[in-house]
Amino acid sequence: MVVETRGVTRILQEAVPVTLVRDIDLSVRKGEFVSITGPSGSGKSSLLYLLGLLDVPTEGEVMIDGQPTNGLDANALAAIRLRKIGFVFQFHFLLPEFDVLQNIMLPMRRLGTLSESEMRERGMTLLAGLEMADQTTKRPDQLSGGQRQRVAIARALANDPLILLADEPTGNLDSKNSKIVRDIFARLVSEQGRTVIAVTHETDFAAATQRNVHLVDGRIVKDERRS
Amino acid sequence: MFWRVALSIAIAQLANRQRQTLVSVLGVALGVGFFIATSSIMSGSEKDFTQRLVNNAPHITIKDEFRNPTTQPVFLAYPKGAISLVRTKPREYLRGIKNYGAKVEELSQRSGVIAEAALTGQIIVRYANKDVSASVAGIDPAKEKFLTQVESDMREGSLDRLKTTADGIVIGSGMSQKLGLRMDDLATVIAPSGLVKRMKVVGIFHVGNLLLDEGQVYVLLKNAQVLLDKAFIANQIRIKIPNPDDAETFAAGLEARWGYRAESWQEVNRDILGLFVIRNAITYSIVSAIMVVAAFGIFNIISTVVMEKRRDIAIMMSMGFHAFDIQLIFLIQGVLVGILGMLLGWGIGRGLLEAVSTLKFTVPGMSERQGFVLDWSFRPYAIGGLFALAAAVVAAWYPAHKASEVRPVDIIRGAA
Repeated sequence: MVVETRGVTRILQEAVPVTLVRDIDLSVRKGEFVSITGPSGSGKSSLLYLLGLLDVPTEGEVMIDGQPTNGLDANALAAIRLRKIGFVFQFHFLLPEFDVLQNIMLPMRRLGTLSESEMRERGMTLLAGLEMADQTTKRPDQLSGGQRQRVAIARALANDPLILLADEPTGNLDSKNSKIVRDIFARLVSEQGRTVIAVTHETDFAAATQRNVHLVDGRIVKDERRS
Repeated sequence: MFWRVALSIAIAQLANRQRQTLVSVLGVALGVGFFIATSSIMSGSEKDFTQRLVNNAPHITIKDEFRNPTTQPVFLAYPKGAISLVRTKPREYLRGIKNYGAKVEELSQRSGVIAEAALTGQIIVRYANKDVSASVAGIDPAKEKFLTQVESDMREGSLDRLKTTADGIVIGSGMSQKLGLRMDDLATVIAPSGLVKRMKVVGIFHVGNLLLDEGQVYVLLKNAQVLLDKAFIANQIRIKIPNPDDAETFAAGLEARWGYRAESWQEVNRDILGLFVIRNAITYSIVSAIMVVAAFGIFNIISTVVMEKRRDIAIMMSMGFHAFDIQLIFLIQGVLVGILGMLLGWGIGRGLLEAVSTLKFTVPGMSERQGFVLDWSFRPYAIGGLFALAAAVVAAWYPAHKASEVRPVDIIRGAA
């Protein structure tokens, strides 16, 4: 199991405590393409942040690649995110001061295992795989929405993560670009055997995945696999 | 190394806000520049003034008096006894330094030390039916030249002419003017002993101090001894030593040995030296105030950048950047502003000094136009730079720390 949760509950301690998700037991195998769906406020994104170690559960535990993460400090969680998890959000969140290639190289620089030329080469390869090889020196604001999202995907793949987590990755795109992004995820799963977990409210997207987890009021109400 | 990544991010973010960066850099630069200018002027004038203090008077003066009245023998015999003596008078000594010739001789043996026996007292100078009372100093012209500035402040004549003229006298410009007494005129000098002597003016000095210019005259030691009726007596030994800063310990050594009161120039000018301490405190507090304002500029820009870059911070954290990495990025920005401000400030400071050095103004009572005496050393630059960097780090610390406390979930949730 690359991701596994046991009884994960997340309660926001505010004036009136808000339960984001409750008693989530979810196991995702390597190479699965999972969509998480549900109505607004059902806790889809909250669950994704918990799986991605951006948030920590109030109860229960999240295991990444078989490793329990309870009790780890912020730096240890960051280290796991850096090596094993790639995020794609609804908004691209590219750093506006850097060009496309530099944005993709940022996580590699933080990891610091590759030389400058190796990082450059890997960045180019990732971009070429997403048909963005000719855009490397452009700034994010010179790209279209779909192109930016592809750069964001390339950045998420920079350190060759085990798991790719996507939060409404097509939520901000037109139907044509949505399809391109969807197809990229499908290809990453089928061709490279990556594990992708994507939160979406689009039925087209959910239909393209092999497994759909449906949330209502913070609980899993349906977990179905398709052939 | 990761700091290079942090540096490149920091530079890119600052480069994106050039105008605001420039304003903060200018704030720091002006602070540093003014600091350099003020402290150069202050320390320059302090050095100049100290120089004058040191050069205008002997470094050490041994006087024919004692610091404390002599202890009564009974107190020496019973140091812890409950003794009270009333109406005792300290023992009377003959005024004058005993055996001054040998003492001067001995001091002069030491390398770099110049010692001169002198006799001072009060006289009245009369000319054209006008009287001016004056302090007379009986000196040795050959040595006095090295002990004080009088020789270089001579308007006319010289101290050396005292030796070649029988009964010569050197007076100040103020006295010359008051009495209408000019070079080679014969003045009448009246001593307390009742002796009246005709003396020839062989030199007129102008040191710029009214008290001295009107009320100080120089004659040969032997003439003073005659005038004051103190044959073979000197009441001062004036000493110059190689390093003026050693004067206090040197004086203390002499006093311990001979018992006569030995005053170093520091002791005599304690009040003025104390004034410098206060003056420096004022300088530094004004400059610190400027730097505080500059620091607020840095605080402002870093805070703004942090506010604006919350999304970037969130994404970097989700990528796996540590909180410390984020803090580093913004600290570096503060330090960069500090460094740029420091470099620019050095330029501004240098420019200000160049400008100030051309200023000339008239001081009342001074005949020549005066300029600022400046301290051209690197010290103000180093201190100013250090001030700037410290202010930058302190100012950037809080916003940088705030940045590291951003919770990515809050930002991403809010943006989606």
